[in-house]
Amino acid sequence: MALISDGRFIDDGWRRLADEEALPKEGKIIVSLPRLEHALETLGQQSTLGVIVPNTTEPSALAQALPRLGLISISFPSFADGRGFSLARLLRRAGFMGELRASGRLVADQYAHAIGCGFDAIEIPDDLADRQDEEQWRAALNAASISYQRGYAGRGSILEARRGTVRS
Amino acid sequence: MAVFKHPQILVASNLTDGEVLFLGPSGWERDHRRARVAQAADEAAALEALGKRDISANRVVDVYLADVELGRDGAPTPLHYRERMRVKGPSVRLDLGKQAADGGAP
Amino acid sequence: MTAVDLRAPQRRNAPTISYRYDEYDAAFVRERVAEFRDQVRRRLSGALTEEEFRPFRLMNGLYLQLHAYMLRVAIPYGTLTARQMRRLADIADRWDKGYGHFTTRQNLQYNWPKLVDTPDILEALADVEMHAIQTSGNCIRNVTADHFAGVAPDEIEDPRPTAEFLRQWSSLHPEFSFLPRKFKIAVTGAAHDRAAIMVHDIGLRIVKSDSGDIGYQVVVGGGLGRSPFIGKVVRDFVPREDLLAFLEAIMRVYNRFGRRDNKYKARVKILVHEKGIDEIRAAVDAEFAAMDRSVFSHDPAEFERIAGFFAPPPYDALPATSASLRAAKLDTPAFANFVDVNVGAHKIPGYAIVTVSLKPIGGVPGDATSEQMRVLADASERFGFGELRVSHEQNIILPHVKQDDLFALWRMLDAAGLATANAGLVSDIISCPGLDYCSLATARSIPIAQAISKRFSDMSRQRRIGKLGVKISGCINACGHHHVGAIGILGLEKKGQESYQITLGGDPTFSASIGEILGPGVTADQVPDVIEHLVDFYLAEREEGEAFIDTWRRLGHARFKDLWRREGEDGADI
Repeated sequence: MALISDGRFIDDGWRRLADEEALPKEGKIIVSLPRLEHALETLGQQSTLGVIVPNTTEPSALAQALPRLGLISISFPSFADGRGFSLARLLRRAGFMGELRASGRLVADQYAHAIGCGFDAIEIPDDLADRQDEEQWRAALNAASISYQRGYAGRGSILEARRGTVRS
Repeated sequence: MAVFKHPQILVASNLTDGEVLFLGPSGWERDHRRARVAQAADEAAALEALGKRDISANRVVDVYLADVELGRDGAPTPLHYRERMRVKGPSVRLDLGKQAADGGAP
Repeated sequence: MTAVDLRAPQRRNAPTISYRYDEYDAAFVRERVAEFRDQVRRRLSGALTEEEFRPFRLMNGLYLQLHAYMLRVAIPYGTLTARQMRRLADIADRWDKGYGHFTTRQNLQYNWPKLVDTPDILEALADVEMHAIQTSGNCIRNVTADHFAGVAPDEIEDPRPTAEFLRQWSSLHPEFSFLPRKFKIAVTGAAHDRAAIMVHDIGLRIVKSDSGDIGYQVVVGGGLGRSPFIGKVVRDFVPREDLLAFLEAIMRVYNRFGRRDNKYKARVKILVHEKGIDEIRAAVDAEFAAMDRSVFSHDPAEFERIAGFFAPPPYDALPATSASLRAAKLDTPAFANFVDVNVGAHKIPGYAIVTVSLKPIGGVPGDATSEQMRVLADASERFGFGELRVSHEQNIILPHVKQDDLFALWRMLDAAGLATANAGLVSDIISCPGLDYCSLATARSIPIAQAISKRFSDMSRQRRIGKLGVKISGCINACGHHHVGAIGILGLEKKGQESYQITLGGDPTFSASIGEILGPGVTADQVPDVIEHLVDFYLAEREEGEAFIDTWRRLGHARFKDLWRREGEDGADI
């Protein structure tokens, strides 16, 4: 998998832990949702725990864990399935301050949507990364310099810009 | 293996301009009468494989096999009315589409 | 130092027809054009596969159809300036085949653009503050509105400022651009609904509270297509300041819980039907309550700014009736006929609303040549402040014509083949493009419309019949709105042939109803006969003042089915 942050491919500081693998004592690891409760009990208080969740997850299922999670990765089964965007929004509304990742077959043209909904990074399969090079992700970040909607992350809203005042 | 009932031709849409194309002996043709006709299942599969190759080459999209019947001259005519529409053009504007070039030939 | 709010209303001296882009709107559209140009480049190079490109192609209104690509240009709430209409004509000539098709969602379709030319077409549209954004794809589509907005005597409030507000809010929405399926919103602001809000995913009805405050009755889950449904009220009164937040709540519930397993069960109408309106209402209310509305609650100043663009034009003070009009009608019966059928009352004395029919007898419903588009642009400038509307009935409206000018306008329209006096009559047929153009279609629809039109070509007969909505769809997707036609016709395939199913009793207004099936499908040749039998039966049975739909409601569907069965027994080969 390839990781995009800020329009660039970066090395991943986190590691996805396979379900059959034992929980390590240290390191930033991402567990699947069924293992989360046990992982929280076993590990210490550092925010080095991440979880990968289906896009149909109820935010309330993560409510208790939110302050102790360093990362939440939301699966995108297909780029056409936009449920992850709403889930991201709801997790941010619930107060999650850690890293939010969109993980799946997203295309660069969805980068602005992802940032707008509160994602920090996008993780895509290698075959997709081969066709969607860094230049495309960087261009996508700049393609929408301003948006109409308010209350979404990322670039400024047109309404705020209109409200801006000119001092004479 | 599905039973091979009718001769078939391969139909696609040209990526750059959306025109309906037919796979001929040496590439894509705009005239269905120049299409290669598959007379057996393995020939049809071969046509499809060529079509898929040209999808990957970003030349065409929406490739599929269409059943035809053959005239005395061996030229194919689609069996279904939808494909008969595609080889001609809109029935309500005979001055537009492939039929216009033909001067309205069947 | 003086701070100046950059949103000062743009009225000045020149009246605006409609919303005018500011630098932000213009920059937004230009960015979309540049983005699409790059997406086309990446598609041609293979960086994007067709599967990946498709949603973005659709979000810019470009379909792949039966013979060619099709570009659907957005005409927000159906309002156009003369300049924009001329640009549409120029585009038709330069990049298409000299004509366009006006649709049942107030948009325009070009049937022959090339993919490689589309970025240039979008650039040409952007020059006149137009675009093709979100006219397709699983996103929020063109927000439609009453085509008599601002001028109808029965209006409570002009729905177009609301529609424009929603257009901006829904443009490239980061959260709601990958919905389970398409999403259509319509707004109406009058006592009679001319926007078919009851069969939209969200329908908004502008209402006034007892204290005189403007708010919206919000209807959810209407829709046509494979499984037609009338929408249900999710909230009776949403104050203006809560509208955006409330719609966000609905969209979030739909985005999260709409079905994604089956394309034919993915619209919000299915979600409402399967869960029930009470459960959906509870979910929407809960989401609405949980939102931090202060973050994006409605800005009254912004709404006022937008509303300012729709201020009434500088009407002359005229007497309520025009003597010259009366004289011209007496002089020229054909003109009198046109006025009686195609001209409606205006809220301002001395003015009139003109419906220009794009349904000439035997013609293709909703099509206009580039030449006709230019005539319409000229007519709007000579006779109506340069403003035009597109109705969802596929006709063009000139909304501000002086009664004194009607005769000169009629002469101008007549010379261009645009004076067919059949607005609302049996030959004013709504028809989708059907299998002549559309890759989704199962049968042709346009030739059916043409045949019916020719069968009823006698104008005095049409007038005798009165208002009768005939709507034809070439497939189950129902883009011709056949479900809400008093007579609906659905084109299907039966045993390798085109087959037409007739429905009766559809109604798109506030008294909305879905048509009921008459009997088994008939062939194309039989359709005009069937329609004629139905019309003759109506004429024989109707009571004073009853339109077709009224007689059908009074007699009941069974009487009409009996008629059908009797025809069959007489060997009419149905």
